[in-house]
Amino acid sequence: MKKKTQKLLGLVMAAAVVGSMLAGCAQKLSGTVATDGSTSMEEVIGALGEAFMEQNDGVTFTYNPTGSGSGIQAVQEGRCDIGLSSRDLKDEEAASGLTATVLAYDGIAVIVHPDNPVADLDVETIAKLYTGEIANWKDVGGSDAPVVLIGREAGSGTRDGFESVTGTKDKCQYRQELTSTGNVITAVAQNPDAIGYASLASLDDSIRALTVGGVAPSEETVKDGSYAIQRPFVLVTKTDTKLSDAAQAFFDFATSADASALISKAGAVAAN
Amino acid sequence: MGKHQRFMENLIHAIFLLLGLVTVGCVLLITVYLVISGIPAIREIGLFQFLLGDTWESTAAVPSFGILPFILTSVYGTAGAILFGVPVGFFTAVYLAKLAPAKVKSVVESAVSLLAGIPSVVYGLVGMLVLVPGIRRLFHVPDGASLLSAIVVLSVMILPSIIKVSVTALEAVPQEYEDASLALGATPVETWFRVSAPAAKSGIAAAVVLGVGRAIGEAMAVMMVAGNAPNMPSLFESVRFLTTAVASEMSYASGLQRQALFSIALVLFLFIMLINAALNFFLKRDKEG
Repeated sequence: MKKKTQKLLGLVMAAAVVGSMLAGCAQKLSGTVATDGSTSMEEVIGALGEAFMEQNDGVTFTYNPTGSGSGIQAVQEGRCDIGLSSRDLKDEEAASGLTATVLAYDGIAVIVHPDNPVADLDVETIAKLYTGEIANWKDVGGSDAPVVLIGREAGSGTRDGFESVTGTKDKCQYRQELTSTGNVITAVAQNPDAIGYASLASLDDSIRALTVGGVAPSEETVKDGSYAIQRPFVLVTKTDTKLSDAAQAFFDFATSADASALISKAGAVAAN
Repeated sequence: MGKHQRFMENLIHAIFLLLGLVTVGCVLLITVYLVISGIPAIREIGLFQFLLGDTWESTAAVPSFGILPFILTSVYGTAGAILFGVPVGFFTAVYLAKLAPAKVKSVVESAVSLLAGIPSVVYGLVGMLVLVPGIRRLFHVPDGASLLSAIVVLSVMILPSIIKVSVTALEAVPQEYEDASLALGATPVETWFRVSAPAAKSGIAAAVVLGVGRAIGEAMAVMMVAGNAPNMPSLFESVRFLTTAVASEMSYASGLQRQALFSIALVLFLFIMLINAALNFFLKRDKEG
């Protein structure tokens, strides 16, 4: 009995050795793809990375959620293959030899309680609401009630996206600063006078998304640019340094049409 | 005692000492780490500007790092929780230790244990869905996420530690004390509050301090109901605690902002050391007096 087991074990081991040798011989991708950056891109990049690893056994895909700024810095310093940014590159960043490739667009919906009579606002009015210039809903066609501003914590990608599009950086008079999209939606759903913002993908029936300048937020309106409050998800690479084979393969995969289903499943709108 | 036995004895001593030192080592490690990572930002910002500044704008173009609102909020919030929580907890403990029938006692005690086991995120969620809208309606304020909501949540959260430790302290009071009091003609109620409670006061003080520690250190539940805007504390305003200031910004922070968050953690840590020192002082005085 014991002998048999030993024999079997030996056979299995031999098979494993031969197998791994064969695998080594074949022209197969191996190595690691290191990405670093925007926390807002976590879902999109996670879905892409998972699918990519499934297709290429030999490749290890890593994602370090540090924030857009840190991701751009990391790719600049060569600490990762691809930087992830949820904003366009600043001029000085682009000038330092980095290339930005838009992977997808993220629409940010402005949300209110379902009972709120206000249905449409333009970007300017939204900015005025958030800076406290307009403090009562009746001034924008709603009921006579104070506007309760709900937003995200300092440093959040969604907050950064919203504030930069509406031009309200550092000027928002938040009543609540919550640490997740889910909490923002819950808070708005509980308060008829609240207004908040959340990623397009996370909307549900407990709240209502406003139309902005007459355009409802949806995949189509975000992609064709008619919906105003949106920002790009960008892959950042060094312009004059070639990516490793594995990283290049991932880059091609992420920007291919095949990936668009994965991207939209993860809540963003694919650019390609 | 045989040689072998003595060796075993010594070995066990050594093992226990080592295990004890693990705790001490952890405390030392955390202390050293906090001090090292907390000092640079305070140096750069200036101690007084940091502790007494009333504006916190960590990501603004010209950032300012004043944590006075956070300190005051933590102090007020904890004081409020003690104000609500201690009377309820104390009377519950007296009831459980002295008055309650065995069956009721076992039911209430298991409920208290269960309360202690509820994760703080669940407190936060229930607070967000029930308490915050409730306070909004009850007090006709624009939004219910406020210092008051946080105080209510914290009061409930500190109940288990206050009740459990107080019950243990009250039950440890020698039966003779109470018998003597009753024999002298005092009523049971007089006996509990004039004899048992004073005899157990160091234990009850320990319970209160445990409650303070729990309240000042809580982050998750508070973050979900307090609103987190860095305002000066006011009962119906959105406020940010020391804990939530660290927790809410840490995940994305960088540079001086990140260092300043460590400094806040250091301040929080000093507060907790102060509370422990106060506890030791009271307990010692109690023993000597």
